[in-house]
Amino acid sequence: MKILITGISGTLARGVAYRLVQRGHKVIGIDRRPWPDVPEGVEMHQADIRKRPAEDVFRTARPDALVHMATVTHFTTSTEERYRINLGGTRKLFEYCHEYGVGQAVFVGRHTVYGATPDSPLYHTEDEPPLAGAAFKELADLVAADLYAGSALWRWPEIDTAVLRLCYFLGPSRGGTLAGFLSKNRVPMVMGFDPLYQLMHEWDAEEAITLAVEKQLRGVFNVAGPPPVPLSTVVSATGKRGIPIPGPLYSTVLGRFGFPYLPNDAIAHVKYPIVIDTKAFVEATDFEPRYSAKQTMEGFRWN
Amino acid sequence: MSLFDDKQVRLNVDRLPIEFDDYGFDRFGLSKKALIRAYSPMAYFYRHYLKVTAFGMEFIPQEGRALIVANHSGGIGADAAMIFTSLILNDEAPRLGQGMAEYFLTRSPFASVALGRLGHLTGLPEHGEQLLDDERLVIVFPEGARGAGKLYKDRYKLVRFGTGFMRLALKTGSPIIPCAFIGGEEAFPQLFHIKWLAKLLNGPFVPVAPQLIFFPLPVACQVYYGSPMSFEGDGSEPDHIIEEYIDQVRDSMERLISTGLDARPRSFMFEKMRGPEEDGPP
Repeated sequence: MKILITGISGTLARGVAYRLVQRGHKVIGIDRRPWPDVPEGVEMHQADIRKRPAEDVFRTARPDALVHMATVTHFTTSTEERYRINLGGTRKLFEYCHEYGVGQAVFVGRHTVYGATPDSPLYHTEDEPPLAGAAFKELADLVAADLYAGSALWRWPEIDTAVLRLCYFLGPSRGGTLAGFLSKNRVPMVMGFDPLYQLMHEWDAEEAITLAVEKQLRGVFNVAGPPPVPLSTVVSATGKRGIPIPGPLYSTVLGRFGFPYLPNDAIAHVKYPIVIDTKAFVEATDFEPRYSAKQTMEGFRWN
Repeated sequence: MSLFDDKQVRLNVDRLPIEFDDYGFDRFGLSKKALIRAYSPMAYFYRHYLKVTAFGMEFIPQEGRALIVANHSGGIGADAAMIFTSLILNDEAPRLGQGMAEYFLTRSPFASVALGRLGHLTGLPEHGEQLLDDERLVIVFPEGARGAGKLYKDRYKLVRFGTGFMRLALKTGSPIIPCAFIGGEEAFPQLFHIKWLAKLLNGPFVPVAPQLIFFPLPVACQVYYGSPMSFEGDGSEPDHIIEEYIDQVRDSMERLISTGLDARPRSFMFEKMRGPEEDGPP
């Protein structure tokens, strides 16, 4: 199979590319960022997904499947730019898929789109609406992109579209949202709160995305690994120190005193859990994580 | 292990039919350590302060899902705490009762963490379903806050039941175990409620009892479990069928309550009632 990966220079995407090449697929990559030591079997195009050269890749290479991982987060980019890349980019890519006869599209999204609130249940299922945008405006563009990708299921039924809502991951690359939150020695917790956090090993996450491509999934799927653990355990098992901060002061200390920067609304994600139910994905793919939460966190600690 | 850990609690928590991970947490955030910490003092209260006697423990299954439906008795949660403790201290088949917590508790700091560690999730229907599907023992008080805020003059009268628990039991195919708690209304007789304070605290009610503090009197209490009841259906039945089922549960709870009230020599009883297996004069 000829598989196009957008955002291929990203943490997880590189791993997915390796795995697909290893299993005998041809991989084409698009990213604004370079991938200097691109491995054999991967054809790299340095381009912006919203620009002409990206469409040219679709036209000339005619991929069989698209793995869309070119989304950005609030850590790197301004609001307008995020909307342009996450929502505008996703729309363009699905249009190209339709136009150039790509049979399969996998959108890799995040489990945080469900949003963290005190009155939402644990173990969100795929039929629950993603509500994060209401309370966390920095996630609204990703929620919109997730829903747009899902709408491809009825908009272009000839494309097998899979929307993956992936939980946090940790791994040797030290990339990803949770790794960023744990990047400093001191981790800001909200006093009196200790939500469950669901995390999986980076390699398991790569494997799950690879499986989604190979099994030609269709629909929306939550993807997670081992059962969740409390944030305080995540902090101590990764060798960090959790500093409890009273809720009202929380946004003041972020980005100061050696704490990582987070947008103000992110406080909800440090107070309340987002836990997803992965029954549908496991049934469709027989996915089984290789690493337990303990192995993942301790691996991250000593790596 | 700490000095204050109760031995029976520790042994029985280890025997619970629940899967814990490397750090002693289950998939809902329940913590083994927190269970031992919290139930150890509870066990002391259970044995020596409220001197609880439990009847019908043979109806509690060793494992598998079930829904315990109990009356509210006394407004400060001593009833719930003692029912949970009776299940942990049951050496034949120790079980963890998991309750559904008030919304206002789950959004307050510390309380939400403490409740989560002890296995009491926010009172959402989804949570009840997830717990029962995971073969847990869920405890509900279908009278809700209305029942907890019962005044002393209305003691042991069941108020209107919600219907959610019955639909939950039908949907998950869980048996219902009726349960009656006796003594809570004497241990904490609610004379009246301070309405403005409740509004200020954003809580359901603030009761006032003769002891003037939020602590029960050392009245001996009893817990009665009835035989499990199973109902036909999948939870989508019309209201009149559900109401009919609920009336059956209500009836057996009322029977348990009157048995319990009749068994007491007097309502303000301060000595422990003889248990079902103990010999000797009452």
